[in-house]
Order: sequence, then C-alpha cells, then structure tokens
Amino acid sequence: MDIAVETRALRRVYKTRSQEVVALDGVDLRIGRGERFGVLGPNGAGKTTLIKILVTLLLPSSGAAFVDGLDVVTQFRELRHRIAMVSGGENVGFGMLKVKEQLWMFSQFYGMPSNPAKRRIAELLERLGLSDAADRRVSGLSSGMRQKMNLIRGLITNPRILFLDEPTVALDVGAARDVRDEVRRWMAEDPTRTVILTTHYMMEADELCDRVAIVNRGRIVAQGTPSELKQQVQQNAIVDIQLSPGRRLLDALREVDGVAGASVAEQDGIDRFTLLLSSDAALGGVMRIVEGSGREIRGLQKREPTLEDAFVKLVGRGMAEEEQG
Amino acid sequence: MSHPSAVRIFLKTIVARAFPRFVGSYRNRTWIVTETLLPLIGTIAMIYVYRALHAPARYLGFVVLGGVLLAFWQNVIWAMATQFFWDRGQGNLELFAMAPTSLAAILLGMALGGAYLSLTRAVTVLIVVSVLFGVAYSTSGILPALGVFILTICALYCLGMLLASVFLFYHREAWHLADALQEPIYFLSGFYFPIRSLGAFVGGVGSLIPLTLGLDAIRQLILPGTPQFIPLHWEIVAVVGQIVLYAVLSQVSLRYLERLARQDARLILRST
Repeated sequence: MDIAVETRALRRVYKTRSQEVVALDGVDLRIGRGERFGVLGPNGAGKTTLIKILVTLLLPSSGAAFVDGLDVVTQFRELRHRIAMVSGGENVGFGMLKVKEQLWMFSQFYGMPSNPAKRRIAELLERLGLSDAADRRVSGLSSGMRQKMNLIRGLITNPRILFLDEPTVALDVGAARDVRDEVRRWMAEDPTRTVILTTHYMMEADELCDRVAIVNRGRIVAQGTPSELKQQVQQNAIVDIQLSPGRRLLDALREVDGVAGASVAEQDGIDRFTLLLSSDAALGGVMRIVEGSGREIRGLQKREPTLEDAFVKLVGRGMAEEEQG
Repeated sequence: MSHPSAVRIFLKTIVARAFPRFVGSYRNRTWIVTETLLPLIGTIAMIYVYRALHAPARYLGFVVLGGVLLAFWQNVIWAMATQFFWDRGQGNLELFAMAPTSLAAILLGMALGGAYLSLTRAVTVLIVVSVLFGVAYSTSGILPALGVFILTICALYCLGMLLASVFLFYHREAWHLADALQEPIYFLSGFYFPIRSLGAFVGGVGSLIPLTLGLDAIRQLILPGTPQFIPLHWEIVAVVGQIVLYAVLSQVSLRYLERLARQDARLILRST
C-alpha cells in the first residue's frame, strides 16, 4: 500500500499548572494514498489533536508522524505546501471581504498566481452552487454557505492530502450533504488524493469513509472498513427501545444477562435506549427491568447494526455518555 | 514536487494580507468618523487649550504634527499589536501558521494596509487643522521631514511587529496591555509638546518609542524654534537604529512564537 499518512506510537500530553491531560496515547495509523479515512470518536477523544499534529500545528510529545512521506516535526515547511485543513464551524477571514476576495487572499498565502487562482475559485464556486454568492460579503453568509466557502478554501491549492475536522458540524442536512458530495467528487477526480476526516457523526463516517478508526480517550480502539466494524456486532441483536422519562435504568439494563452493551440518548423528552443483545433471549430480562421501572414503552424496534453500535460494543458506552465523561 | 519560491510567497502574502485593509478603507465607511472626525476633534481641543494659554504659534504646529503621528501609533497598537490575538480567536492564525508562508509576511501586509489607513487620517488632520488655524511650516524642511517621517513609520511598524507576538504571549491580557500603553505613550512621546520639556531621563525613556525622536526631528525640520532634545542628525541615526533593532527583535520573537506555538497548543490554535 502506498502510504499517505503514518503514525507510530503517537502521544500528546497537554500540561497545565495543576495536571497533565493525555490527549493521544500511542496512536498507530497507516492510511493509504487515495483513501477516505475517518477518525471517529466522541468530543474530547483526541481526534482534533491528531489532526493538528498531522497538519504541523502541534508537536507530538513522543512518537512519530509522517504525512506524504514527510516528518511532521522536522519537514513541516515542505509539508505545508501539500496539505490543507478545513474545520467545522470556522469563522475565519474578514467579514467585509467578498467571498471571491477572501478565497483569493488565502490562495496567495500559498503563492498561487493570481489569475489561475481566480479561475479555480470561480470553478469551485460554481461546483458548490455558490456562484451567486461570489460577490456577497462573507459576513452575510449563512453557516452552510460559509462552510462551503471554507471547503473551497481547502481545495483551491490542490492539496495532496485534505484534512477535514468535523466539516459538517452544525450544518443542516442539505448543506452537510453538499459538503460530503463535493469531497467525493474531489476524490474521484484524482485517485492519489487522500482525505482524513474527523467526525463524531457515525452516519457521516459510514457514508463517506473507506476505512474508519474509532478513537476513544486518546487510543484507537478499532479500525477497519465500516462494514468490518459493523460485523463486530453482527452476531448481536440490536434493539432500540423508546421509554417515557423516569428513574435511571441504564446500569440495571447493562447487568441483564445477554446484554453486551447499552447506551441512551434523550430526544424530545423520550429516552432512546440502544441495546446490544448476544441473543434474542436476553430481551425477556430487559422487558422485566423496563416493566419494573413503571416507564411506558413508546417504541421498540430490532434493526441492522451501525457504527454507533460498534462503538458501544467496543467501548461499553455510547458516544454521548463518553462526551459527558 | 515544485512549488512557488519562498520569496514569491512572501511578497504575495504581503499584498494579500494588506488587501482587507485597503478594501476596508472604502467598504466600511465608519472609519471616517472613528478614524478621522473623532481624532480631529481631539487635536482641535488641544489647540484651543494652547490658545487659551496664549502659547506661541509654533505650539499649534506641535499639536498638528503630534496628531498626525498619533494616528499611526493608535493603528500600531490597536490594529497591529493586538491583531494576532484577534486572529487567533477567529481561527485565522492557525490557517496563517499552517500555510507555507511566514508570519513576518502576514505582519508586513498588516503594516502596509494599516499604514495606508492611518495615512488618510493623518493627512486629514494635517490639512484640516493647519488650514483652520493657519499653522505655518518651513517649506525648506518639508522634503527632509518627509524622509524622517518615512523612517519613523518604518521603525514604528517594526515595533508593531514585535508587539504582535509579545501581545500573543500575554493571551487575554493583550487588550489591557494595549490600553495600558496608549495614554502613557501620548505623554512620553510628546505628542502635544516638545519632548525636551520632559527632561533628559524621561525623554530618554520615551525615546524607546520610535515616534518620540521621529516627531521631534520632524518638528525641528519644519517648525523653526522647536526646543532641541538632541541634535537632529543623532535623532535620525537613532530612528534608523530602531528600524534595525525592532526588525531583528520582531523576527527573533516571531521565530520563538512559531516554535513555542507548536509545543503549546494555546498560543496559536483557535480556542474552541
């Protein structure tokens, strides 16, 4: 495999006056050229730290990282010509500039000749449906338009490796889809291009990535194609149960024989439990706990496994729970 | 893999980073009030103070020239020294840092754009107040004074480049630091009076700011009768020395900043 990104025992510790926080703890990764690789995990898992090291903004505390064959610690000046990064929720640039002016400005920091840069900007604006906004001030853009503009900023310079850090965070469904579509299209134009994407949206990773690494508490707990990861829970029955609000049940459900993992998320006043059962027989024990709690069952479905289920199986808890610590 | 030369990127970065400030000068017209009318009122108020005290006519000239250079000092403090701090909060700084350009080029671009903006304010103060109050200048000194002015502005923006990274080290205190520097510098640089009035020691301390000696030299050149702080040619030599000193210090500081930033995530990375 032609390697685009490789890390070896990568570790990063943040030191504050009172404590040390281990953000990355021995991360080993090999990402092939031409891959769309997802780094998946809850907030605080270490995804952004990993990206910041790979794009040369942060030094690792120990270990090594190579991007496009270059050492991120010692060969960062050369590497910066070859990469770009787009983060979700970016508010970069200057509000009084027009969209096309802002994009031109960033292209100049890479030394692009002005006219080819302007042509490329016009082409990308067209592709992302932003041509009409080219002369609009950046301050007047919606968050979806702004993120498309940010994506264009990342693409203008034709990077060999594009880093996307939570690129669709806080976007509506349509804008998020447009961003994902453009990433696919950009990759399809040149098979040597590589995308490294961090996200905590399981669906996004499942839909967009060829391979995924699941990161939790600074460590990679599993990696593989989305279907390989989902196969880890293939032998489990996945059951979603929606319950009316009431006393805490999660720990009791995890104690039931045959429950391999459980998570809960509150949505619209309803607690949505996801249970990984090693056999359908475990459902009887689950129902006894639910009935004993006096909580009303609002819905119950058995379904196909997702990456979220793989995460629950691997970590033992849901992403939301991990984020809350 | 071929890519543009470092010099090309450096020059393009300067132009690109200056661009928002050029554009801002005509797109965001509030500057006409904040950058021109309000300072004009301040300068005029000081002229009335001198008039009420029956000060000699050349004192009006001191105030006008002080008002001219004041525009640049405020720009350096508020739009340059604190700019990296704001850029960091917005996420611009991490994009600047991970581009194959240099932060020095970014700062030079800011300086160029900032100097252009300040020039409009300075020229307004100079023309309006001089005409309004009939301030006369020695015409033979105008060209040399222009030369000293350019040197002074170069030294001042080199100091601004140094302050930009120094302010970033102070994190949240940047705003307060800028505030704290503003008024004392008005006083120490002799914006409204000849620096000689402060005596050798205080004047010497004030001379660390390039404006002090530059302003005094310009006054000596075009306002005959200005009390001499130190001989004119020594003032010019000192300003040239400050250009070199602050240029070197700003580069050292920027390199330190870039190195430290990769170790300490808080320095450049957007706070989330």
